[in-house]
Formats: sequence, structure tokens, C-alpha cells
Amino acid sequence: MEISEQHDNGILVLRPLGRINNDTSPEFQTRLLNSVASSEAVLIDFSGVEYISSAGLRALMMASKQSKAKNGRLGVAQLSPVVKEIFEISRFSLVVQVFESAAAAIAALR
Amino acid sequence: MLIRFWGTRGSLPAPLDYRAVRAKIRDALIAARNQSLDTAEAVDAFIDQRLPFSVSGTFGGNTSCVELVTGGDEYVLCDLGSGVREFGNRLLAKYGPGKHHRFNVFMSHLHWDHVMGFPFFTPSYIPGNVIRIHGCHQVIREALQRQQSSPGFPVDFKMLGATIEFVEMEPGRTYDVAGLSVRPFLQNHGGDSYGYRFSGAGKTVVYSTDSEHKFDVLEDCPFIEYFHDADVLIFDAMYSLADQISVKEDWGHSSNMVGVELALTAGARHLVMFHHEPIHDDRTLEKILGETRRYADIVRPGHELTITSAYDGLEIVV
Repeated sequence: MEISEQHDNGILVLRPLGRINNDTSPEFQTRLLNSVASSEAVLIDFSGVEYISSAGLRALMMASKQSKAKNGRLGVAQLSPVVKEIFEISRFSLVVQVFESAAAAIAALR
Repeated sequence: MLIRFWGTRGSLPAPLDYRAVRAKIRDALIAARNQSLDTAEAVDAFIDQRLPFSVSGTFGGNTSCVELVTGGDEYVLCDLGSGVREFGNRLLAKYGPGKHHRFNVFMSHLHWDHVMGFPFFTPSYIPGNVIRIHGCHQVIREALQRQQSSPGFPVDFKMLGATIEFVEMEPGRTYDVAGLSVRPFLQNHGGDSYGYRFSGAGKTVVYSTDSEHKFDVLEDCPFIEYFHDADVLIFDAMYSLADQISVKEDWGHSSNMVGVELALTAGARHLVMFHHEPIHDDRTLEKILGETRRYADIVRPGHELTITSAYDGLEIVV
């Protein structure tokens, strides 16, 4: 899957595109874990994500745990309506920092 | 085939307290304002059609016990949680103690909530009844004897009047029991647990509780084969996904979302959420059911998967 990245105020911002499902979650997981290992603060901008499966959320949880273990910071922002629903159904909105906008996330994670 | 749920709660019984009952009455009375309820029929219709299940009923609080009604002479049960007490009482009320029965019980595992009903299963005290307890664990007899001995219980296991037999099964093999083809399979749970795939009269029911799913690629998961084409899949949906893979990781349970994904991939037709978290009240369980149906719509729009949240007393015709 296509995952672009850029640095903004010292934060690594990842922008995955499309569906994070069983086919694409291994790649999403690898990118996420590498990013958390190399950066203190990571933001995943979900504005281009149409769907995320349990496997994708599992990758996000692994990255969150890895980030916490090294006292890093990780957040997600700009969830599409469907992805926002999935975060609520899965209760991920209770265990991962969710921001309405990328700007708000960057201000908080900086 | 008919499936009758006698106990659907996970971990320990979770009875309603007076506050919960009062809240239901209050909600029902508020909903009844300005309704025309002059006849008993109108009241029944109002309860059945206008009130949500979380108000008109309850998911119940007994622990795991599920009956498969095959139409044959022998009874088939999955697990001996506290729900088996009610099953035994209903049987005695219907037939009295003079009629003898044969029971086949399939044990998922031996954790407390899955065996705790047996000391209160009245047919086990009646000579002439035959209870065959099937399972893949080697210590089923010991587990049942231990819980029914001093100082934990006043009537020792050896005082039971029924003939009680233990049948050890091997996962992956297929057995013929009480007119059903039964195939046990290993699951991920502390001390191991086993699911069962039952087939008979062209129908398949899978009982899969106390099973944590940790797989990277769905298609590689062996449960796709175990659940394949099931008419009914009874599935451990105890936790939210976030709980399942964070604070409650390795606690041996699964989630509603994983249940949906597995059921859709396996081509199951009816997903029954089971082994409810005891801290969840009726309103929460009803909300989770709605969310689970919505998730299935998101994963596969136009799917034909029926999703039910099991409750004590539920009957499903297969």
C-alpha cells in the first residue's frame, strides 16, 4: 500500500492511502514499527484511509506499545467517518490518542 | 436441529440487582406513556414490539451451557456452567425423576465457569441416568471430583447416583455421538480449550468459546476451516478488540470484530456472540450487538451474515 511520509515540527507524519486490511496490514505494520523505532513522535494521518481491519488495528496497537515502552509519542488524526466508526466499535479511541486535525495532533505531540 | 442457550455469560454468573430491574421498569413506563394499553394483547404487543430487548428482557447471567436438540433420544450439551442447573430443573419438571435419560456433554475446558453448574445438575443425583462427558483434556474427571468434595461442596462426587462416564477425544478426529458427527479442535486459551464442530441432518453448528485469536493473515488461520460454511457459529466475543489486544491480551478471549471477520471469511451464515463480559449490563450488550452488525456492513456491504447476541433462554432453529 502507498504510505507517504514527511517531517513536521520534529514529528514523523505517515499518510497511508486506501484500505488497511489483511492484505495490506503487514506492510502497514512494518512501516509503523520502523517509524516508531526511529522517531520519538509519530503521527498517522488517516485522511486517506477508507477502512482498517482488526489486523491493521493490531499493528497500530503494537506500534503504540512500542512507542510507550521508549517514552515516545504516537497519535492518529483526521479519521474518515467510517474509520472513526471502526475506532469507536473497537474502542481504540480509548487507547490511542485521536485528533480531529493534523494541526491539533502536531501541536499536542510536539 | 435446535440450539437452546441455558447460559451465555463469561467468567462468572452475573445476576441483575434491584437497581437494574427498577431501571427497566422505569424505562418501560416512560415508553408506555400515551400508549393505548387497554388489553393484555396490547400490552404484550407493546412489550414485544416497542421496547428494546435491554428493557423488555435480559441477556441473563448464567455461565456457559448450550443444548443441541437433535430430535434423537439422547441429550447433547456443551459445557457445564451454571446454566446447566436450569436445564436439569426444566427436565425434571417436565418428566419427573422416574424417567431416565442419557446425556452427552462436550467440555470446552475445565475453568470454573464451565464446570460450576454440575454439582447443581439434579439429574446427576438420580440412579438410572447416564451422563457421558466428552472432551480432549485428560483431567476432566479429576476437575469435577475436586470441585465436588470437602470443603468446597457438601455432597461428594462419589455420592452421585447417575452413571457418569468420561470419554477422551483427540482434536482433529471425527466422532459419531448421538447421531451427530463431532470434530473437536484446539483453541488458544490458558490450559488449552477445545471447540467442537457438530454436523447432522445437513446442518453444521460450531461451538467455539474461550478462544483467543492472534493471527497475522486471516486466510492462514486454521479457524477458517473449522468455521467453514457453518450454519451457526457460537463465538467467544467477550471483549472489545482494543481490550483483546492490549490490557487483556493473553487472557484467552476474542472480540466481536474478529468474530465478524472470521465468520465472513469462513462463509458462516449465523454468528452468535457468546461468553459475554460479566461487567456489561443489558444496555451495553445491546449496543455492542448493534455495533457488531454495523461492522459487518462496513466489512462486506450486502453480506448475508445474521448476527445475534446470545441470551439465556434463546432458541435458534438451524
